[in-house]
Amino acid sequence: MLEVLIFATLNGLVTGLLLFMLASGLTLIFSMMGVLNFAHASFYMLGAYFAFSISQYLGFWAGLIFAPLIVGSVGALVERYGLRRVHKSGHVAELVFTFGLAFLVEEAIQFIWGRDTKNYQSPDILDFPLFTLFGQEFSAYRGFMIAISLGIFICLYRVLTRSRIGIIIQAAITHPNTVANLGHNVPLIFMGVFGVGTALAGLAGVIAGPVLTTFPGMAAVLGSIVFVIVVIGGLGSLAGAFIASLLIGLLQSYAIASDVGMPELLNLIGVSFESSHPLNDLWTLTLPQVAPILPFLLLVLVLIFRPTGLLGKREE
Amino acid sequence: MLEVSNLHAYYGKSHILQGVNFNVQKGEIVSLLGRNGVGRSTTVKTIMGEVAPQGSIKFKGLEIAGKESFEIAHLGLGYVPENRDIFPSLTVRQNLILGMKSTQTQGRWTIDEMFRMFPNLGERADVEGGVLSGGEQQMLCMCRTLMGDPDMIMIDEPTEGLAPKIVEQVANLLQEIARRGVAILLVEQKLSIALKISHRLYVMGHGKIVYEGTADSLMGEDAVRAEWLEV
Ligand SMILES: Nc1ncnc2c1ncn2[C@@H]1O[C@H](COP(=O)(O)OP(=O)(O)OP(=O)(O)O)[C@@H](O)[C@H]1O
Ligand SMILES: [Mg+2]
Repeated sequence: MLEVLIFATLNGLVTGLLLFMLASGLTLIFSMMGVLNFAHASFYMLGAYFAFSISQYLGFWAGLIFAPLIVGSVGALVERYGLRRVHKSGHVAELVFTFGLAFLVEEAIQFIWGRDTKNYQSPDILDFPLFTLFGQEFSAYRGFMIAISLGIFICLYRVLTRSRIGIIIQAAITHPNTVANLGHNVPLIFMGVFGVGTALAGLAGVIAGPVLTTFPGMAAVLGSIVFVIVVIGGLGSLAGAFIASLLIGLLQSYAIASDVGMPELLNLIGVSFESSHPLNDLWTLTLPQVAPILPFLLLVLVLIFRPTGLLGKREE
Repeated sequence: MLEVSNLHAYYGKSHILQGVNFNVQKGEIVSLLGRNGVGRSTTVKTIMGEVAPQGSIKFKGLEIAGKESFEIAHLGLGYVPENRDIFPSLTVRQNLILGMKSTQTQGRWTIDEMFRMFPNLGERADVEGGVLSGGEQQMLCMCRTLMGDPDMIMIDEPTEGLAPKIVEQVANLLQEIARRGVAILLVEQKLSIALKISHRLYVMGHGKIVYEGTADSLMGEDAVRAEWLEV
């Protein structure tokens, strides 16, 4: 039992940190633009594919460094020549633009790399068990995923709260006009934030590709969950996104690890059904089976009891 | 220093500035007076590039109409808006750092000097700006703009809603600013400090300049004051 709990927690942590790598960029970009970027997960997918191609020639580590840089540059260009122009036509136009971009990226990826799953592998160096507990192994690659996510977040946090540029970014998000009047190039700052946000998504794709498989549907799989996280955490709140990411990562991981079915749970509260009941299929679902919809259930609960999200502020 | 000629501006269809002409010379304190809603704030916002200008705005001989706000600020024109937009979640010190355009060059003002001039700010250097009183926020806002080392600043209603003692502090700071060779365009509704410190005054009414003169000449024009200013 204990080993299940420990491994489920570790795996939940891996997923949670990965989700936050996407959610942090998405929520920052939201506070800047005022709209959710539907194409955010597409940058995550691009990261995985770029890294896969680079790794074919130069190895995994080159992909780890260059793929996020390329994705970030693409993101910055998209902001500069796409979103910034569309911005003048209002929020609906921006939403439609990001929506279209998500489709475009998915089609382009199928066109260039094909529909099949890519054999993108974690590096051999990390192909050993980091530790073995109760006879179960925790792979070094997962440990590496935790380390790299935490490292990046600590760096970003320090830059955002301690440095001059961090102060300018914080202020530009809430008071763009005032910051521009003080002589700071706000459009350039926004382009930079967009670039860093998409580079983070790209990095998430690079490190997730080998574990979660690299295929053209990977953006759709994670994209909707990241939206859920950003809403649960409270739109625009980085701390909220962090809590929600870990919450959902752990929740899913526990659900998958627990081999409990609905009948057992229902029995616990004293309800039982005949197996001839017409809704028998529903009662006999197991928790691992319902794990994928748990984030959405949580979303509904949060929206009912706390519509602004966990740490969101109400617009005045 | 600043030369505004035949300036027009619109909010949607409403024609707010209808041919504004005035100038500010080097090192001068010039006031722009007028009643509520005549377009004083719109004038400075238009000069700053926040509202689209039509007409000519020359700063240091350079046409700035159509430039971006940050470019105008970089040319040395500072602006303290009427809403005292301090950043509430940043500390006093961070607010001042934000005003600096670069960390390389040393301008006329330093953070330590600001704290010496306004001990109230110095004592609260690491406190969030949002908890300051209205007067302290106004001081912080002016100091923040000065950290960018402008050659001219435009200040929109700095004394509004402040206690007489603080109003006096604001007047002193403005004179100190002028002593260091920084030109000032002071936007005010009341005559109080404007009469005391201005070299020249303009009175605005319905989107145009309706009077130009000195403090003494304005005091002699009872009709102008009665028609265009609240006395
Ligand atoms: N964002 C805006 N949209 C539409 N109209 C505006 C806007 N801002 C100001 N106005 C209008 O423009 C006119 C001039 O406003 P402005 O703010 O320049 O006045 P003011 O002289 O600064 O007076 P005060 O600061 O006392 O209100 C007013 O009639 C005001 O209603
Ligand atoms: Mg005004």
